[in-house]
Amino acid sequence: MKFNLQTPAGQSYVAYAYTGGKAFDPAKPTVVFIHGVLHDHSVWILQSRYLAHHGFNVLAVDLPGHCRSGGDAPSTVEEASQFIEALLDAAGVEKAALVGHSWGSLIALETAARLKERITHLALVGTAFPMKVSPALLEASLHEPSKAMHMVNVFSRATLAAPPSGLGPGTWVFGTSLALNRRVLASNPAVNVFHRGFVACDSYANGLQAMEAVTCPVLFLLGASDQMTTPRAAQSLVQQAKQSGKQFTVVNVPMGHHQMNESPEETLQALKTFLGA
Amino acid sequence: MPGYTDPSFDTLALHAGAAPDPATGARAVPIHLTTSFVFESSDHAAALFNLERAGHVYSRISNPTNAVLEQRVAALEGGIGAISTASGQAALHLTIATLMGAGSHIVASTALYGGSHNLLHYTLSRFGIETTFVKPNDIDAWKAAVRPNTKLFFGETVGNPGLDVLDIPTISAIAHEAGVPLLVDSTLTSPYLIKPFELGADLVYHSATKFLSGHGTVIGGIVVDGGSFDWEKSGKFPELTQSYEGFHNMVFSEESTVGAFLLRARREGLRDFGACLSPHSAWLILQGIETLPLRMERHMANTEKVVQFLASHPMVSRVGHPLIDSHPSHALAEKLLRFGARGAGSVFSFDLKGSRAQGVAFIEALKLFSHLANVGDCRSLVIHPASTTHFRMSDEALAGAGIGPGTIRLSIGLEDPADLIDDLKRALKAAEKAGGETAKPAKA
Repeated sequence: MKFNLQTPAGQSYVAYAYTGGKAFDPAKPTVVFIHGVLHDHSVWILQSRYLAHHGFNVLAVDLPGHCRSGGDAPSTVEEASQFIEALLDAAGVEKAALVGHSWGSLIALETAARLKERITHLALVGTAFPMKVSPALLEASLHEPSKAMHMVNVFSRATLAAPPSGLGPGTWVFGTSLALNRRVLASNPAVNVFHRGFVACDSYANGLQAMEAVTCPVLFLLGASDQMTTPRAAQSLVQQAKQSGKQFTVVNVPMGHHQMNESPEETLQALKTFLGA
Repeated sequence: MPGYTDPSFDTLALHAGAAPDPATGARAVPIHLTTSFVFESSDHAAALFNLERAGHVYSRISNPTNAVLEQRVAALEGGIGAISTASGQAALHLTIATLMGAGSHIVASTALYGGSHNLLHYTLSRFGIETTFVKPNDIDAWKAAVRPNTKLFFGETVGNPGLDVLDIPTISAIAHEAGVPLLVDSTLTSPYLIKPFELGADLVYHSATKFLSGHGTVIGGIVVDGGSFDWEKSGKFPELTQSYEGFHNMVFSEESTVGAFLLRARREGLRDFGACLSPHSAWLILQGIETLPLRMERHMANTEKVVQFLASHPMVSRVGHPLIDSHPSHALAEKLLRFGARGAGSVFSFDLKGSRAQGVAFIEALKLFSHLANVGDCRSLVIHPASTTHFRMSDEALAGAGIGPGTIRLSIGLEDPADLIDDLKRALKAAEKAGGETAKPAKA
């Protein structure tokens, strides 16, 4: 599904969101899926398609400047959050649940904090705050992106034997991620979206305040073997949710940073329970 | 897992796709000999059929044992996933049938396995798919053969049986310029000797019957997608980029940015053509892959010794292996293959001096080499291509593939190389005697 949006500077662009193989229906509750760095909507293929066929509208976005979406790739979490708000407006969605992975989890958090009651559920998958990126990785993402992709891929994985995943049985998730990383990077010849996304993660400072401002239930969906955003690195947000009296749930899935394709079933079950699907 | 670097080839050959069985603790990969898999509920069933959840439904479409094989070969090739098939020919057919229909065109190398040539030249033309054959290293010919309806470039990593090394970087660049993918048959090189995806290929397939299984016990094939080809950007593949009524109106390239080919190949090709691999066969191939790095090293070492022996024998007029400096692909092999010319495989041909009768005498005198139609076995094999694997080809097409009437093809196995050379010495002596004094070559 395509939306005509405008950049903060007033330039028009077309944004894309996958609707899970079903036509968008304003009468249904909406779930917005937000991907992480060097990803696109397709990382949510299973979870988004399931929910779209079980009573929800799904908008699995390509962030601006990524793959099918035009516009400028966001430089900050806040900028990306404005895109999500603009997308909801363009789609005529009054209320929505947000599901974000990694960088996308920070975008979802910031959006939920800003839009308050407009957001009904906030699912943070593979999250951390602060989401610091090592200087070596930041540098590599800029000057040696291929090397950095391999580093990220290895850190993100917890198994050599993932269950049937995004492409079904026979999916090699290492290769799928690397190929997607390369495709996303190549999709924007104007900007290194790898480095820009990492800088956005690294520089985001509003996590605790944002969590305090959130008004909806929160799900922390963490990878027990996640080396990119370790479960420990999510504890500041979990504690903030607790201290500020949020209704929240923590689910640890027995995999690494790519919960959606290393643990697709556990991830789906957690989202179903959380969203009441 | 996890570690700090990419897992190595040897580790992946043992572990990719397989973990101890959660139900039984079995460490080796279990053979799931079942046609079907029980649904948890009606909703689970519907979700599996509609690709909302990933899992197994029916073993023609997928099976847990086959899935391990598919992950493993995809890992070894550096791909995104794979589909195992009933044979290498089934993998080639599945690939072509997924990408095109009647009215399409393929540009293919002349240096192909006879069965592949047969499929392209005779069988597919009956279904409206034409192929133009070009000499593998005639770069201008690849360019000139492109038509508006061209959908695929196709060649073997090292062409059968002359070992013409395919210039994958150059030919893939021409293919991509034309908006089509390059498919390579890497059977003779296995994933151990060359990395086609790193060189620019988009799709790779194997006859797993050969080096992957390695023991001459099973027929199987597998196609791997590198996930690199942009089907939407090409604009030539509505099969992958437009809504498909035959499968829930799915737009495969929208579902998966990098995996559209595999999505359609499994959901349509395996479902409708049905050339699936038996789980028992998948298990046998997995057993072979576990020792692939060890076997390929020995294949290479033995081949090097046999090539050296044959190259210096007075009854041999030509040895067709890139290890020989004068081989037309020597330089390309040094450049593209993981171990240089040494890694150009252990299947090669040579020409005997003398008559056809001498060739027959040679074959029949061999004791260790088995005369049969296969390659890539742990045992050493021999065959006469003109009368067996390539017999359907015309003389002209045969010459185009670099095969003469007296060409002998060897597949060097894992025996003691001294014993192999003894066997060849005896057979060459028999060939010499069969030629009589007039045909006897001068001693070097």
